[in-house]
Amino acid sequence: MSASAESITAQSGTSRQSAAARFFSADNRYLPPILITLILLGANLSFGLLESFSRTALAIATAMGCEIGLTLLIYRKFPNLASAYITGISVGILIRSPEFWPYALCSAIAITSKYVIRWRGRHLWNPSNLAISAMLLLVPEYVATLMIQWGNAVWPMVVIWALGLAIVYRVKRFHITATYVCSFVFLSWARTFFTGHSFLAEVAPITGPMYQLFIFFMITDPKTTVKPRWAQCVVAGLVAVAEMILRLAENVHAPYYALSIVGPAALAAEIYWTGNRRGRGQRAEGGPSKD
Amino acid sequence: MSKGRIFAAVLFAALLSAPLIYRATQARREGSANRYAAKATAAYGFYFTECANASGIHFRHQAPKLDPKLNHIMEQIASMGAAVSVVDFDRDGWPDFYVTTSGEHARNALYRNMHDGTFRDVAAEVGLADINSPESGVSMGAVWGDYDNDGYDDVLIYKWGRPELYHNDGGKHFTRVTETAGLPPWVNANTAIWFDYDDDGKLDLFLGGYYPEDVNLWRLKTTKIMPESFEYAQNGGRKYLFHNLGGGRFEEVSAKLGIQSRRWALAAVAADFRDTGYPDLFIANDYGVSELYLNEKGKYFREAGKEAGVGYAPKSGMTASVGDILNQGRYGIFVTNISEEGVLVQGNNLWMPAPGASADKIKFENVANAMGVELGGWSFGAQFGDLNNDGYLDLYQVNGNVSLDRDRSYWYDYSKVAGGNRAIISDAANWPPLKGRSLSGYQQKRVWINDGAGQFKEVAQMVGVRDRFDGRSVALADFDNNGALDAVVANQRGPVLFYRNHVDPANKWIELELTGRSSNRSAIGADARVFWNGQEQRQEVSGGSGFCAQNQRRLHFGLGRTSRVDRVEIHWPSGRAQTILSPELDKIHRVEEPE
Repeated sequence: MSASAESITAQSGTSRQSAAARFFSADNRYLPPILITLILLGANLSFGLLESFSRTALAIATAMGCEIGLTLLIYRKFPNLASAYITGISVGILIRSPEFWPYALCSAIAITSKYVIRWRGRHLWNPSNLAISAMLLLVPEYVATLMIQWGNAVWPMVVIWALGLAIVYRVKRFHITATYVCSFVFLSWARTFFTGHSFLAEVAPITGPMYQLFIFFMITDPKTTVKPRWAQCVVAGLVAVAEMILRLAENVHAPYYALSIVGPAALAAEIYWTGNRRGRGQRAEGGPSKD
Repeated sequence: MSKGRIFAAVLFAALLSAPLIYRATQARREGSANRYAAKATAAYGFYFTECANASGIHFRHQAPKLDPKLNHIMEQIASMGAAVSVVDFDRDGWPDFYVTTSGEHARNALYRNMHDGTFRDVAAEVGLADINSPESGVSMGAVWGDYDNDGYDDVLIYKWGRPELYHNDGGKHFTRVTETAGLPPWVNANTAIWFDYDDDGKLDLFLGGYYPEDVNLWRLKTTKIMPESFEYAQNGGRKYLFHNLGGGRFEEVSAKLGIQSRRWALAAVAADFRDTGYPDLFIANDYGVSELYLNEKGKYFREAGKEAGVGYAPKSGMTASVGDILNQGRYGIFVTNISEEGVLVQGNNLWMPAPGASADKIKFENVANAMGVELGGWSFGAQFGDLNNDGYLDLYQVNGNVSLDRDRSYWYDYSKVAGGNRAIISDAANWPPLKGRSLSGYQQKRVWINDGAGQFKEVAQMVGVRDRFDGRSVALADFDNNGALDAVVANQRGPVLFYRNHVDPANKWIELELTGRSSNRSAIGADARVFWNGQEQRQEVSGGSGFCAQNQRRLHFGLGRTSRVDRVEIHWPSGRAQTILSPELDKIHRVEEPE
């Protein structure tokens, strides 16, 4: 879920904007963390969303601590912590456990994975997606994921969707979210033919908060998505298809597992393809390969 | 590869292996505990034997068959109604118990204690068997209290249907007095308790609705009867508070006194949490937060769940039990919720008063995790009681929701809809069919032993509680009058189980059978503190606790290996105080309120 902060970092800025305009611009790498924090605070104060503030704080502190430690160790510089903060806060929201240690462990796995599972300079898995999937597989007796709602009124959902869409629009990721949502809705309808359940039952999950965090902040992560816009849409659709297959197998954590399967596979294919193309180009020009 | 990256790789591998090592360690610990079960049993000081059949208890709960529109999820909807409540209805000094079933024409049972370890069902003889029908609804539970102070406990049977009040005619027969009492024609209730909220010496009645009262589950006008949210639902049944006017008449005063809630109530318990002399009311709600109604001197109730900390994080409250678990003279509240591996880990709540709490500013902290009672499966009823007479209150909790096909789970489909928007979740037609699958079925019960130092240890298997039925209601009572708390468990679509308790006789005990005079005769709300060996334990006579249950009203205090009790202080609801010096050990003390 380090998507938006990192994608904003990649955008070029302008210097003659007002402070307010700069704050709400795509150049502000702190905008997504601030918005997520506001959403979290609002949801928790209104609906008691969090397991506890202390557990979420532990997840954030662990993520930031790991980021600082590993960046200093490997790159000998102090990191920008926006991405780690979002990873920590997403773990704090999405993981549910009566124990404290899963929050710390999940955050630590997420951040460490960025430095370990890399190929040709890029990490393959969305850190929080990988870590949450690992926790669900390894210690299901201690860990579940967010299942509750933002209250029972419509307005919180409208606010979350509006904020989420605004963020992904500003960071030029709207097409990914839109593709996934359309695919999910269409495949929900398709699933009714297999399950015999109503369309509303099949489409119900996407109305919950876990999906809102998933579609706005997790599948849009620029570090772990492919580059071309058309390919991003294809991958989003493939995630939805993989999820449908997992759902037909009655897998409760289908979206996490689908993304952790399709996302890295697509990214690896892209890295391999672009690496070979670059290599061929360099060989044609007579230069050495940089990988 | 740089040294930094090698370190990161090793760290990553270690992090991934950590949970596996933790799991293996836990499994090894549990394995060794099972191998040494015999020794462990001796160490815990008690052991249960299930002996329902041998004791003459042959009762099996039947679920109702509701409107065919609910057929696809019938077992999930018709998943309550097995209940047990303890009473000495004939005043022979030996606890009896009443169990309910929910089949439309099935009969409830009143088991009379025969004083020889056996019981005999006398419900039909006394007029308490034939309660259930499609026209009047089916039983969900029963609570006993002497509302007219004639010395014999009367009974309210609450139903998904018409609540029924029966007057106890001298322990020989029961007369239906529902109309005279002025009870409503239909309430889909899952909780009721007797308590004297205004301390006027007459028992009042709280009745909590689950489904709205305009829903007849046998003749549905719509399938939009489900909660509007899994965590924030406020479209359930209303609450009733019946003020006892005397003469067998009651006045409904809930709105006048500030109790207006449409949360989905599953359990209620009353206790004087603030030492004001008036009982406060705690309600555990399904699909939402709990509520705490503070009693303002019997004149008004103020809902203070959020400010007290208990009404903040929404869960699925199923039971409410009160106990002084640290022998500090302060009541904690245990609320069970749902935990299902890998899907939903709500965790139980054990609310303990925060340090510095006062009558004006009460605050609770959830210590379930710290004390080791958080994970109980799909938890239902629970009761506090000193099972091994070591001087600390232990906890007996039942669980298991729907046990059908062992190999197929409904959880995926359940979670699919449960997390959806209100327009989807609130319509039963949108819920995928159950098709014979289980939903948190065949679960291991929990018996948590209190070490007195802030930790509970789960010992159910080791002390002989090994059933896997869908437990709903549990009640504790000393049925043999031998100082050991036995347990009766009512299971949904299953048998009633009778767990006889065998306690190490080296641990001492006393029991207090209280009778009010100026206070209500059942002494509900009377508060007793026992002082021994520099310790103090407090208990209050209860008019209903747990899930659809009622323990014996007699107060049972385990004392450990002591040679004497210093004193017992009793505070009656009337305001009178009484002290008993050095009561004899290992004895039931029958105490009347002083004039």
